[in-house]
Amino acid sequence: MNIFEKILEDPKRFRTVKIIFYISLILIALTEIAVVYVFHLGHGHFRFENLPAFGSIYGFISCVLIIVVSKFIGHHWLMKKEDYYND
Amino acid sequence: MIEWLHPGILLIIGALLIPVLKGRVKQVYMVALPAAALIDCILMTPGTYGTVNFMGHNLTFGRVDKLSLLFSYVFSIMGVIGIVYALHVKDDSQHVTAMIYIGSALGVTFAGDFFVLFIFWEIMAISAALIVWLRRSKEAVSAGFRYLLVHAFGGVCLLGGFVIHYSQTGSIAFSSMMPFEGGIAFYLILLSFIINAAVPPFGAWLPDAYPEATVTGAVFMTAFTTKSAVYVLIRGFAGTEILIWLGAIMALYGVVYAVLENDSRRLLAYHIISQVGYMVAGVGIGTEMALNGSASHAFAHILYKGLLFMGAGAVIEMTGKRKLTELGGLYKTMPITMALYMIGGFAISAVPLFSGFVSKSMVVSAAGESHLSIILLMLTMASAGTFLHTGLKLPYYMFFGKDSGIRAKEPPKNMLIAMGMAGFLCIFIGVFPGTLYSLLPFAVDYAPYTPQHVMSTLGILGFTALGFFMLLKQLDPEPTVSVDTDWFYRKGAKGFMWLVNKPIAYIEYNIVGEAYEFLIQKPILKAAHYLRVFDTEAVDGTVNGIGRVTLAWSSVMRIIQNGQVQYYALMMAFGAFALVTWFIFW
Repeated sequence: MNIFEKILEDPKRFRTVKIIFYISLILIALTEIAVVYVFHLGHGHFRFENLPAFGSIYGFISCVLIIVVSKFIGHHWLMKKEDYYND
Repeated sequence: MIEWLHPGILLIIGALLIPVLKGRVKQVYMVALPAAALIDCILMTPGTYGTVNFMGHNLTFGRVDKLSLLFSYVFSIMGVIGIVYALHVKDDSQHVTAMIYIGSALGVTFAGDFFVLFIFWEIMAISAALIVWLRRSKEAVSAGFRYLLVHAFGGVCLLGGFVIHYSQTGSIAFSSMMPFEGGIAFYLILLSFIINAAVPPFGAWLPDAYPEATVTGAVFMTAFTTKSAVYVLIRGFAGTEILIWLGAIMALYGVVYAVLENDSRRLLAYHIISQVGYMVAGVGIGTEMALNGSASHAFAHILYKGLLFMGAGAVIEMTGKRKLTELGGLYKTMPITMALYMIGGFAISAVPLFSGFVSKSMVVSAAGESHLSIILLMLTMASAGTFLHTGLKLPYYMFFGKDSGIRAKEPPKNMLIAMGMAGFLCIFIGVFPGTLYSLLPFAVDYAPYTPQHVMSTLGILGFTALGFFMLLKQLDPEPTVSVDTDWFYRKGAKGFMWLVNKPIAYIEYNIVGEAYEFLIQKPILKAAHYLRVFDTEAVDGTVNGIGRVTLAWSSVMRIIQNGQVQYYALMMAFGAFALVTWFIFW
């Protein structure tokens, strides 16, 4: 049994990993705000880069947009059956 | 002692020895050859070498400066890694082709004029097509032909541009084309470069051909063609504004297709397009920082993309399956492959302490410094997409996800060692960016590890992961293929054949053929008929008539001319009698 099996196949450990994941997300977002607004360590090139937790918010929006828009284009236009090019 | 040894020609000639050698000696030789090229490059000092006079022109095989050296290092390093990965392959033709391919990329790197550039450019195209063909499957042969057609077109553009440039300037030297911006030579050469850089809409050859190559061949292919194109773009087209937009669009274009893709290596191929987009955008921005960013990102990219292709290739090698819908659950039996793949995944996603973080951000920051806000947002969004696919989707469906029941073993040791080498470099560059920065063409005034940069990157990545797990159901790979601009020549060729077989054949048989019969064939036959009648009746009639008259005469004459003297005497007497009668009675 390798380390991945130990974590993934034990519901308890898997739950712990999930919780760590969510806590670290919150920490990241908070630290991102703190870096700019508490410690004043930020100097983005544009004003929007200094919005609170810009990276976190933009990352999430990007991810959702990419998935939704791409799948929409795919289903309505680009995706074809696997034998599309063979006759 | 030779003054300068061309590493590319060393590889191309050295490759020919491979089939002669056997066993362990061959393996050592195969690794030593690109390693020797690497040492050769490291020992070089900037300058101009290998100048050959050819038909009144000085050809320059060795333009050695910081930029060409940087690319030559990473090309030969990747050559070593790729060959280690391919050591178990018994097919010599693949090794020889790969060496020639690496050698031609080095030839492009050191080429100081368009003539030498063109020669190596073409060798590169042909050897790459051979690498695809050497998988020896029907799909690979077709894909190789399509690859060759596209690159032959690009090569012709380069040749045309070079000839026009030469006729206008009288110089074959390959330097910045910016003074000639707007001319036809400028655009032809630019077109040939962006075809090789896989800029849409000319980039469909890449995801078409790379996944059809062999497991080991594809690893070489990821490194050289597109990145040597980035190199020549930096040389010739730094500051060409259109490249900024093309690059940013390209970065997102690859991401969109990666969402839809089911074939593991084709997904990674689309992310080559996406990553090369950053480099192309950097070339377009054209500031020292942007060009440093493009060059360093090319360096980092070759290593992590090689690693990703090696990881996906190892899975294909061990399971025989390439579609994400047929894979899953491999974390149980291939944990080392998975861990090494993830290093590449983190590097391409620009996770702090991995190589992509220190190189990609240079391009993005350069966009910021040049006040290109939309470009910066597009490139940042593409970063999220990169992590989404290469760092999350692909490993999730390949190694985790629904258990496919496949219990494949880890790949052969040499494959793991090669992946380990690439993985080590990905982390080394990320942790010690100064080493890479010291090799860049311009002095570097850039610190990647600022608190805001690190935190916003972690924010982007962390919340991309959140989005991924929330929309996991949406992302399930589907057993489909996606149409790209290769549609135009794949379906286009079919359409052309249909056009030939159906309407054109119909018109040919039923209209042109009929018309031909009515307008040409029948009148000709008729005319021939009349001519024949005329011939038999008139011409022959005359001839026969003459013949008949002659015959009749001759039969009369024969009676007279019978050769007996008494008849002749009688005739003479008769004649004399007739004359006398005529005189007396007239």
